[in-house]
Amino acid sequence: MPEPGGEVVGRGLRQGGDLLRGWFAELTAAAERGEGAAYVFVMGSLVELLRSFDLPVVFPEINSLQTAVKRVAASHLNEAEELGYSPDICGYVKADVATQRRGGEHPMGRIPRPALAVLTTACNTYIKWGEIWERTYRVPVAVIDVPGSRRAGDAFAPGDGDFERDCFYVAGQLRELVRTCESVTGRRFDVDRLRENLAWSNAALAGWRRALAANRAAPAPFNALIDGTVYLGVLNGLRGTPAGAVFFSDLAEEMELKAASGLGTLHDELWRLLFVGVPCYPIFRRFNELFTERGGVFVGSTYLWFASGGAQAPFSYDLEDPLRGLATGLLLSVRAAVDSMLFHDRALDELLDGLRADGVVFHAVKSCRTTSAGLADGRRALLERREVASLLLESDMMDQRVVSEAQLKNRVDAFFEGLAARRAGALA
Amino acid sequence: MTPGLRVEGREPVWSGWQGKPLGGLLEACRELLEDTAYPTVAAWRERGGKVVGHFQVYFPEEIAHAAGLLPFKVRGAPLEPRQAESRFGSYLCSILKTSLELALDGRVELDAFVAPPICDAARNLVAVWGRNVAYPCRLLVLPQNAGSIHAADFLRDEYERLRGELAAIGGRRAGAAELRASVALFNENRRLLRRLQDLKRERPWLLAVDEAYALAAVGGMLPREEHNALLAAALPLLAERPARRQDKVRAVFVGGFCEQPPLDLLQLVARTCYVVEDDLLIGLRWLEEDVAADGDPLAALARAYLERSAWSPVQHDPRKPKERMLRAWVERSGAEAVILAAAKMCEPGLEDQVAFAAALEEAGVPFFVSEFEENMSSFDHLGLQLETFVENLLFDA
Repeated sequence: MPEPGGEVVGRGLRQGGDLLRGWFAELTAAAERGEGAAYVFVMGSLVELLRSFDLPVVFPEINSLQTAVKRVAASHLNEAEELGYSPDICGYVKADVATQRRGGEHPMGRIPRPALAVLTTACNTYIKWGEIWERTYRVPVAVIDVPGSRRAGDAFAPGDGDFERDCFYVAGQLRELVRTCESVTGRRFDVDRLRENLAWSNAALAGWRRALAANRAAPAPFNALIDGTVYLGVLNGLRGTPAGAVFFSDLAEEMELKAASGLGTLHDELWRLLFVGVPCYPIFRRFNELFTERGGVFVGSTYLWFASGGAQAPFSYDLEDPLRGLATGLLLSVRAAVDSMLFHDRALDELLDGLRADGVVFHAVKSCRTTSAGLADGRRALLERREVASLLLESDMMDQRVVSEAQLKNRVDAFFEGLAARRAGALA
Repeated sequence: MTPGLRVEGREPVWSGWQGKPLGGLLEACRELLEDTAYPTVAAWRERGGKVVGHFQVYFPEEIAHAAGLLPFKVRGAPLEPRQAESRFGSYLCSILKTSLELALDGRVELDAFVAPPICDAARNLVAVWGRNVAYPCRLLVLPQNAGSIHAADFLRDEYERLRGELAAIGGRRAGAAELRASVALFNENRRLLRRLQDLKRERPWLLAVDEAYALAAVGGMLPREEHNALLAAALPLLAERPARRQDKVRAVFVGGFCEQPPLDLLQLVARTCYVVEDDLLIGLRWLEEDVAADGDPLAALARAYLERSAWSPVQHDPRKPKERMLRAWVERSGAEAVILAAAKMCEPGLEDQVAFAAALEEAGVPFFVSEFEENMSSFDHLGLQLETFVENLLFDA
């Protein structure tokens, strides 16, 4: 008997893969024409503005993680380390250094060189990374200060005095960025194109949030770690496009259909888990299997929050005054992204309640201090407040040398035994 | 000076240096710096004073001072981070752990903690710190888009918010008059520190790098009035010091903007090098000229931070490309070599090492690359390498 929604189920992964390949094909074509691209990052990419200048957008973080997923990262890391880059710095940066030295050669195609780079202060490594391109290519590197929460639980919302003052600063910087884009491309800023792109993003973001909400269902319709990363790629790469808007509308439909039909990503969902941190890309699928083999499903993650640039935050761009709307959206979303890294214990309260999770897996990686430095303490604080099973793992997002699958498996097995004992105790 | 001399009408929190000859004064500074009981902070608190801890690199101490608070520079510590170790991941610099340890084991009691998000690790520090203590902890956002015409207004506003929060802690709002007085006091401190740097650059045989460091660094744990008195007493003694020029290499030292190398390491460097320029505790000297003491003091502090300031790997400013700034230091100081140090696991420092090395290579300036940790205790290998480097330079000359 055919499953309900036969053509719909699985559509997101199929179309997502096609869209990502199409995006890289466009980048390859741009590189071959000798065109420059706008280099941006997932937290505060501003692609809606950059697309209004018809600049192709390159996400070096995505390029770098792809080298790990495609298992070619080791040679990239070695090449950068031979140039003097330390084993102790961000692996994404080193993979990009090697990609640039190889003329943009990449497992997904060819990456055009930068015409400019735009980055926010959501991550300090963004800044150091941008400085490398500044030196290598002598291109403009626009650093946009996006002031984050000053402390845990900072209340902020449009209309508040402090928020509006921060927003005024962000908006002023965006006007300066517009002039930089005009100078780089030789084109005049077209506010209507920005408005149109923001409208596409509003639609995509609405669909994204519906899809995230669908995972409240048990069984969960998608795996936040594997499927979620594909969707994230589309969200970042195709923000501000009609294709992105349609994709997320379709995705929401698919996930809601699966939720309503009781179709889970795993046939026998025994444990609902949350993932905190950055995935283990060197053994991306195998890492997930360590959990799914025991009936564990990642139903949510802080990764889907911060690596989407805070897209879970409930906002939509104001289209009346697009630049101001972009500034407000940027401030709200980047703040939400950064909060979910630095104050992840608070984000977990929301995720645990909303997704009815049984346990939390913290994944600290050598390569990324932003997401990893505070995980041990966040876990401690969470466990002081709540009764929840948790596991803290350490490996890396890029460097196979510090990923020990056997050690990971031992710890994961012990975690599941603890989960089972906890459930048995609760039932007794 | 005589023991027990009053400073600005009140008893000093530290008189250990007073009445001592130069050698004793320098030794007292070093002892204070390495005293993990932090007696000056304790003495301040015993008198009912409140303390705001601020993490590296730069903090507008004038705002805390004007509110009647003691600004205490949190810059790591020579101790084992027994409790803090469990709060952080494995791949992390030492300064974060030892700094937090000060708070966790209670040896430094603070009333507030402030940190700028200087790097990916440090931006987590406020979150971790705040989860472990009851007093207010906040990030201070210092602009990274320093070239924006909006940055100064934003920073002035950030300082205004800080002023309000510190008033709530200290029980005294810093008005314009208090702020101007604090600006004047800190201007004097910066002038004295500049004289110390000048002396080191112009007659480095009078002042070894570890001695200069100790003299400057104690400022982070003293009321600035007292630090000014200390420096004012030390500078003439240094100028008259009967020291002879030796056959050492004039070197620039970089890598000390955040985590601090141990004093023993600096002593080791001083055996073979005259450090004529460095970024050790650059935050104390971040503002390179006097801040206007008239007009709006918060706006003046903000403008000075952006427009008349030093440089470091953790501030992005396209007007101050770091390699060019380093080469300017080399030229200004007449240095023959550069020591490119970086704290272990310090991403900004390690990343800039690559660019610095390339720039120095291109300019034909010899350089020595090294990593350090604040609590390292074995220097034999490093000493041998540095000695070989220096010998090669002297031999080639």
